[in-house]
Amino acid sequence: MSKETQQQPISKGHSLWSDAWLRLKKNKMAMASLVVLIIVGVLCFIVPAFSIIADPNTQDLNNTFLSPNSSNWLGTDQSGRDLLARLLYGGQISLLVGIVATTVSVIIGLVYGAIAGYAGGKTDSLMMRIVDILYGLPFLVLVILFSLLISEHAKELTDNLVTRWPEQEVFIKKFVNLVPLFIAIGALGWLTMARVARAQVLTLKKQEFVEAAVSLGLSHRRILLRHIMPNMLGPIIVYATLTVPGFVLTEATLSFLGLGVESPNSSWGILLSEGANYMETYPRLLVIPSITFCMTLLALNFLGDGLRDALDPKAAKD
Amino acid sequence: MLRTVISRLLQGIIVVFCLLLVTFMLVRLMPGDPFSGEKAHAAHIIEKNKERFHLDKSNSEQFVVYLGLLARGNLGDSPVKEQPVSKIIRHSFPASLILGIAGISIAILIGIPAGILSALRKNSYIDYSTMVVAMAGISIPSFVVAPLLAGHVATRIPFLKVAGWGDPFDWVLPALTLGLATAAYLARITRGGMLEVLNQDYIRTAHAKGVRPAVVVTKHAIRGGIIPAVAYIGPAFAMLITGSFIIETIFQVPGMGQHFVNATKDRDYFLLQGVVILFGVLIVFANLVADIVLAMLNPRIRA
Repeated sequence: MSKETQQQPISKGHSLWSDAWLRLKKNKMAMASLVVLIIVGVLCFIVPAFSIIADPNTQDLNNTFLSPNSSNWLGTDQSGRDLLARLLYGGQISLLVGIVATTVSVIIGLVYGAIAGYAGGKTDSLMMRIVDILYGLPFLVLVILFSLLISEHAKELTDNLVTRWPEQEVFIKKFVNLVPLFIAIGALGWLTMARVARAQVLTLKKQEFVEAAVSLGLSHRRILLRHIMPNMLGPIIVYATLTVPGFVLTEATLSFLGLGVESPNSSWGILLSEGANYMETYPRLLVIPSITFCMTLLALNFLGDGLRDALDPKAAKD
Repeated sequence: MLRTVISRLLQGIIVVFCLLLVTFMLVRLMPGDPFSGEKAHAAHIIEKNKERFHLDKSNSEQFVVYLGLLARGNLGDSPVKEQPVSKIIRHSFPASLILGIAGISIAILIGIPAGILSALRKNSYIDYSTMVVAMAGISIPSFVVAPLLAGHVATRIPFLKVAGWGDPFDWVLPALTLGLATAAYLARITRGGMLEVLNQDYIRTAHAKGVRPAVVVTKHAIRGGIIPAVAYIGPAFAMLITGSFIIETIFQVPGMGQHFVNATKDRDYFLLQGVVILFGVLIVFANLVADIVLAMLNPRIRA
């Protein structure tokens, strides 16, 4: 704290974050996206909790393909299930995939990239060659292989958990059905994050404050965790936001192919693939999930872009 | 130059080898095997089949046997389809190649001009609308675009069919679906690259020397500005050839993408290994060609 800052209290509060927030607020598309995402989040996660909407899995074969009406606002699907309920519960899963898989990929990528960048030399080039090789792997195929592999082990876990808490069976089954997919997507999607993290560490480790930390005799771990990592947060958050829509899309693609989320769970990918079957006769079943899905992805992408421009003015391309 | 190419090819062989090794281990770690599918056979037939494909041996022995096959230019037989893998690939590769070439051409023809235009008219109405459309192109997945195109466009235009792969008209819709998403990415990348270049000193110098603006753009700016786009086109092309499973399914194209997913589902070890090798080789070559083009565009890399 120098005298200058005490004399000029106005300069207070211009941290990186408040600056970024000011820049983000000016970006109309990003703010509109933020509002859309908040609405979608509230609709998917909070509204179903109040049991206002119908149960997404109750079939009613007397009332299939109903048009939108007072009790089924968006109508019903081929098994008489309420489309609105399926859309919201499906949204929960689609959004969760994005969040969980991104978290997994950020953790792996951050640690891997930071170690590679900090170690430098041969370790660095070996670690980055491995990333290059993994980049060449067909992502979708690996996710399928990997999630099948994990789910096999997860089945044993389910049986154990169900015998312990039989009353939670539905929840446990739902959870175990999904987690392997989440982990598989995240565990294979960290490559770009590792590159970003490494590039950040490479620039940061040459700066004076790191040199100072080294000369004070701090351990490598402490320098990495306490001095370098906090300075990397901006770009990392930005790239994390930009990976969320990619992962949501991956889940939808897998579910569309019948390899992702399994029934009775629904996800946007499942709704889209089911809707595509009735495109000619009941276009509503394809169009409504499509609009919801595309709007959410669009909002996520715009927000990620806006955050990049706001947090990292140098990277902004205009 | 030649030296770089050779060293890159050697690296490429290592990459393809690692790729193969990973796939090889992963498919065998998965529960089930090629004979545990719907076609239930008697135990002794399964035993015999396993012996024929060396599946009764340990994984490392199997790998050695498989490498021996590869060394003789043989990709093995598919235990599920009961055909040589090379034959399956030969039958499905042409459709994928045509689709990939058509898709990447559409992407380049739309994406790069759109990106250049929006960089030149930065922050204008044209720029904003192009980028919003590009973002929509990225966000709307092919399995939404494809049914809509098939349902609404194909039924209205007489010579287009909803699905099938008979005459060149059938290429239009799948190639369009495949190309549009890539075009959206390309437009964004091109715009970014162009903006970076347009701020450089040598562009200002050219303007200061009185070079006509059109010449500055065509002779100086584009050359540097499309470098990131070229770097993206290489791997994207390989992806388009192999990764168009959804489009192949919807438009019923007899391509290779289906084998990736079906071989994984059926535990068709040899078919999956075969298509993965092909995919790896394609990626390596696409990257190599992209790098050579980059070196030609950018004198600083050439040294």
